[in-house]
Amino acid sequence: MDFKSGKELLELCAREQLPVSAVMKQREITCGSLSGEEIDKKLDTVLSIMREAVHEPLRNPKKSIGGLIGGEARKVADFEKTSRSICGPLVGRAIAYSMAVLEVNSSMGLIVAAPTAGSSGVLPGVLLALQEERELANEDMFKGLLHASAIGYLLMRNASVSGAEAGCQAEVGAASAMAAGAVVEIMGGTPEMSLQAASLAISNLLGMVCDPIAGLVESPCQSRNSVGAANALICAEMALSGVTHPIPFDEMAEAMYRVGLSLPFELRETAMGGCAGTPTGCALGCKICG
Amino acid sequence: MKFLSIFDVIGPNMIGPSSSHTAGAVSMALLARKMCPSPVRRVTFTLYGSFAKTYHGHGTDRALLGGILGFSTDDPRIRDAFSIAKERGVEYEYIIDEKTETAHPNTADIQITCEGGYELTVRGESIGGGKIKIVRINQIDVEFTGEYSTLIVRQTDHPGIVAHITQCLSNERVNIAFMRLFREDKGAIAYTVVESDEPIPERILDEIRENKHVKELMLIQAQEV
Repeated sequence: MDFKSGKELLELCAREQLPVSAVMKQREITCGSLSGEEIDKKLDTVLSIMREAVHEPLRNPKKSIGGLIGGEARKVADFEKTSRSICGPLVGRAIAYSMAVLEVNSSMGLIVAAPTAGSSGVLPGVLLALQEERELANEDMFKGLLHASAIGYLLMRNASVSGAEAGCQAEVGAASAMAAGAVVEIMGGTPEMSLQAASLAISNLLGMVCDPIAGLVESPCQSRNSVGAANALICAEMALSGVTHPIPFDEMAEAMYRVGLSLPFELRETAMGGCAGTPTGCALGCKICG
Repeated sequence: MKFLSIFDVIGPNMIGPSSSHTAGAVSMALLARKMCPSPVRRVTFTLYGSFAKTYHGHGTDRALLGGILGFSTDDPRIRDAFSIAKERGVEYEYIIDEKTETAHPNTADIQITCEGGYELTVRGESIGGGKIKIVRINQIDVEFTGEYSTLIVRQTDHPGIVAHITQCLSNERVNIAFMRLFREDKGAIAYTVVESDEPIPERILDEIRENKHVKELMLIQAQEV
């Protein structure tokens, strides 16, 4: 059981009467080298690393190695608990959690690249905020991870998830599409709705450049992860309500890849343009890297 | 196209911040350590290109040392690599070379002295997403990734040695995935690199060693990397 495009994935889901997560698991069992139990065990490890990474910086904030971030996740999480919070509990927590993971990552802590280290906050931020807010079972989280990996796999296969190749839209954009699809499945949407959510998520972040200050995975990466998380929830909400995107997932993936390749070199992880290329960004780069 | 697993997407589990500058650095040094016959006593890392420029903010220095200490990419002890190296009596040094041009921007040379005086220098490249390649052993250009079980034979360049190696592999029913010969000059030192999907049995080493032109053998099993 294998699929090479979103279209083939939807056909498989319809033919086998299975959700995306189950098709992805079957694909791994039939075409890969892992058994069902081995997959479950690895997913369990992934989930526990993610859970630790979203919570630890709220208890013990740490400065990043470059010193550009550290402590932001706790600020956002604390603010969300006040009456002045704007985003509310689910979105507020999702953005705080996604920022937390980037703090762990940038202080040499343990994370799960999903699909990359630079975008590692989006998926755990969205899934774990949703689990806590809606009191979901871990089984729902495993479904979400499997679903997300199906979308991420298609983007890795048919487009790119590398910031150096296709910009931040390929890293955080992909993570956001993965999380959006996962939320739709967890909340009872159809496979078609999931891919609609993923398409919407990619199109919303299309063109986002990769411009890390001082070349480090710190800023603006951290807040971009929170955008990816919020975008995933927004797109899932739209898709579940029946809103559709006119461009199918496969074409959207290709569009993202083409946009990425046409981004100038300065805006693809070289720390020469965007935030990194501003006078302040350059000065911070010199100060940190010498 | 190589099969993309769930855990190629949701993974690797790694110590941050960067798959290329941190996780890749750990993997290349860990692979270098596995090529050593005895514990590492001294190591000098030379960092080139982007490694030289951004090593501090990416923890590339600690990641390389962590690999030499035997830590895998998800081992939180990488953060404390400096103090753990001191505890274990492993001397380390870094040379930051921003001038020399290398083929790949994320390149490091790892010069190792082991217990008993054995010396080894390897060059590694971190090619993205945590994937790495070893591209040089002691001045000779080679290429392997450590993703497969790998047998490295150091030999004098002499007719019949490759045949001898393949005969030994065939006797042990090892299925060769890739096999390549690397050498600098005719008649000088050469390396044969054999990669296999399955573990390569250790007893094969004695058999290969029977040929007098075989100078040295290194065996790295895939599941260890």
